[in-house]
Amino acid sequence: MERNSVAIEMRNATKIFGSFVANDKINLKVMKGEIHAILGENGAGKSTLMNMLYGLYSLTSGSILVEGVEKKFKSPSDAIACGIGMVHQHFMLIKPFTITQNIILGSEVTKRYGILDYHKAKEKIVELSQKYRLNIDPDAKINQISVGMQQRVEILKALYRDANTLILDEPTAVLTPQEITELGKIMKSLTAEGKSIIFISHKLKEIKELADKCTVVRKGKVIDTIDVANASIQEMATMMVGRPVILNVDKGEKPQEEIPLLEIKNLCVRNEKNLLAVDHLNLTAYKGEILGLAGIDGNGQTEFVQALTGLMPTESGQILINNEDITGCSPKEVNVHGIGHIPSDRQKHGLVLEYSVQDNTILQSYNSGLYSKKCILQKNVIKDHAKKLIESFDIRPTDENKAARDLSGGNQQKVILAREIDSSPDLLIACQPTRGLDVGAIEYIQKSLIEHKKAGKTILLVSLELDEVMNLSDRIAVIHSGKIVGIVDGDKCDRNQIGLMMSGGC
Amino acid sequence: MEFFKRIKSFISSNPKLFPLISIIIGLVSGGIVLLLAGYNPFQAYGVILWGIFGKVSYLSYTIVKATPLILTGLSITFAFRTGLFNIGSEGQFIMGTIVAAIFGSMFSMPIYLHIPFILIMTIAITGLFGAVIGFLKARFGVHEVITSIMMNWIALYLRNYFVRVSWLAKPNSEQTKFIFDSAVITFFDKFKMSNEGIEWLRHHPFCKELLRAPTNAGILIAIVAVIVVFLILNKTTLGYRLKAVGFNPDAAKYGGINVNKSFVTSMFIAGSLSGLAGALQVMAVSHNISILSVMEGYGFDGIAVALIGGSTALGNLWAGIFFGALKYGGTKLQPMMGAPFEIINIMIGVIVFFVAMPKVIPYLISLFDKKGEKNAK
Repeated sequence: MERNSVAIEMRNATKIFGSFVANDKINLKVMKGEIHAILGENGAGKSTLMNMLYGLYSLTSGSILVEGVEKKFKSPSDAIACGIGMVHQHFMLIKPFTITQNIILGSEVTKRYGILDYHKAKEKIVELSQKYRLNIDPDAKINQISVGMQQRVEILKALYRDANTLILDEPTAVLTPQEITELGKIMKSLTAEGKSIIFISHKLKEIKELADKCTVVRKGKVIDTIDVANASIQEMATMMVGRPVILNVDKGEKPQEEIPLLEIKNLCVRNEKNLLAVDHLNLTAYKGEILGLAGIDGNGQTEFVQALTGLMPTESGQILINNEDITGCSPKEVNVHGIGHIPSDRQKHGLVLEYSVQDNTILQSYNSGLYSKKCILQKNVIKDHAKKLIESFDIRPTDENKAARDLSGGNQQKVILAREIDSSPDLLIACQPTRGLDVGAIEYIQKSLIEHKKAGKTILLVSLELDEVMNLSDRIAVIHSGKIVGIVDGDKCDRNQIGLMMSGGC
Repeated sequence: MEFFKRIKSFISSNPKLFPLISIIIGLVSGGIVLLLAGYNPFQAYGVILWGIFGKVSYLSYTIVKATPLILTGLSITFAFRTGLFNIGSEGQFIMGTIVAAIFGSMFSMPIYLHIPFILIMTIAITGLFGAVIGFLKARFGVHEVITSIMMNWIALYLRNYFVRVSWLAKPNSEQTKFIFDSAVITFFDKFKMSNEGIEWLRHHPFCKELLRAPTNAGILIAIVAVIVVFLILNKTTLGYRLKAVGFNPDAAKYGGINVNKSFVTSMFIAGSLSGLAGALQVMAVSHNISILSVMEGYGFDGIAVALIGGSTALGNLWAGIFFGALKYGGTKLQPMMGAPFEIINIMIGVIVFFVAMPKVIPYLISLFDKKGEKNAK
């Protein structure tokens, strides 16, 4: 197989939605046997670009060449026919089916009379699995295997359809550090066989470790394509954002004394399927610290936080704040006891999108004596307060009557942050506070959280981004299968050790 | 061309105009139907306009027709703002008629006590009747559309039962006894039938025209209700709470709002508004109730009114009057030019159709644009 030939090329690829230019004359050249990263912030146009390559969007202008031949993709099946495969960030697998059934779905091999030929399909799967060291059991059901393994199934699904170029959309977002290492090995073994990989990410460290080339996209335009080996992380960050970025945050001092603020004893919570999602969980948060909660998605974090904030009933156990029992309290009572909450899904839980910024700032306190008198809302007081928050938290646009829906994600998050920090809670539960935000907003929100801590308050930081937890936390608790499996010091922690704990292997 | 373009961009940038455009489209569609049926649409619209504005008595009738529609529309709007679809407005309306018929005919009181008494009883009883729907949703998760349709039939048969019970029924008829004069809100109801009344009205033709319809105080109560609903929705913590639940129940719950309680509260208020419409209808127009074989449709028409009114309190007032006017003016089509009254219903149907699909109008405008481009080429 020839190494130096071009696998995929995009020439002046442009996509315009209405009057918004999502991709502006993008040129991209991916060689055979290359791992090519696409780096950019959220909203930079990475997804649009990949959706065009995978046939989900048509190009407004420009062209796509596969091995030097111009192709027009009307749908993903055209792209698949040209040897392009995509592994989405959220897997498209049918859970009660076996791996074999999932892989062959849509391109089944049949014997006579349309009877499925499982045997033949299985043979091909096993062969591919051995060739690329994927280590897959073709008879296992999806709901019995780990997330990392599910991702391999997705990769195998593309290979089964003879993909020569694989698009991996944020493939590490759901993986533990160990699984990321494994994925790296698989990617290397794929490229060794001459396959190309397009790897979409906004995580600089991984690109540095895994990719050969990197194309940086900002505001729909290609900034540059660089050799990863010759570039530093700082340089790539600057290219991505367009200005120098502070990569390490100064998280300030640890509290002098360990005075417990929040104590959780033997907490059990059942999820909607009536399974024990939080299983005899014990955890103590001290005054004036940021306690990080690290874990893989779906290990009980959501249920834990919902139980803590009164959104979900508890099965047994105790939650104490300042030595007061708040187990089973309503969200309102929890709030009154000095707990603020930045929910992980800001549009679903954090905001009433149709309400103005002003109305959103009083979501918990609309009937407090401050903002209402005898059931009548005090619009002037609310307005002045909202104006103050808009100024001090730099919310843009600076219009308190703007509907929350019309704000950017970063500014929506700032509205929530402003509301929660303004009530000066003793404990602030911050769930995924920077998810999907651009670097500027991330910096701002992390800084605000640290300031809140410096004011002597406690923050429980729940995040799936291990980097974020490690950067900000004084202590890190690791959750696995609804239990705290260990607590480590934020200054002396080892990434791999936490990774092992996250996957339950300790 | 330039002028046309400016109109288009003005319309596109003002979504609040969409109901108005829908109304125009509805009127045009009605005209086309008339044309197809062999009638002159301009003549027909002339007849309708004359039927609304031609005489003072016609205006009175329009207002009388509009009063219950304003209230049922308001009821549906209110529930809708809490995210509930109150199809049960019809049943709550029927309950209101029962309450007024019973408390109006059982005993007599001074007028300044009797009328408020009936109104308060209506608000309480029909409010509870509506709240049941909210309670079933909150407690057992039953969808309000299902329960409210059931409640409509419960109300209908309850009314037919009450019409026949011995202490309420008028002997040898399918009706109840008339309500006492002290419960009647029709203006000069007795006077205009008396000898001196007839004599006096003969010398005052304007008043005679005005009072030819069952002109009544109901519209005043409806306007008060519009103002109260406006204040609740926009100025109070209750309105803030209910609207938050309507827009985003998850965020409302997160913010410490009791979502289930809000469903019950909202349905109580919605029920009492529809109930008021029913009670006023008895106190002002019919003065008793009779057997119902089918539903009269005040509640269902309220859905259309709420949609045209854009789910705001003030919008409901105008939409209710518009609807009442069409319904009354339309009745003149048959006697004047033999055109069927159903044309009106077609027009209303088309209007609601376009109002219910707010994306259609921008789409139509974009179609226009494309056509223009092609022609230019």
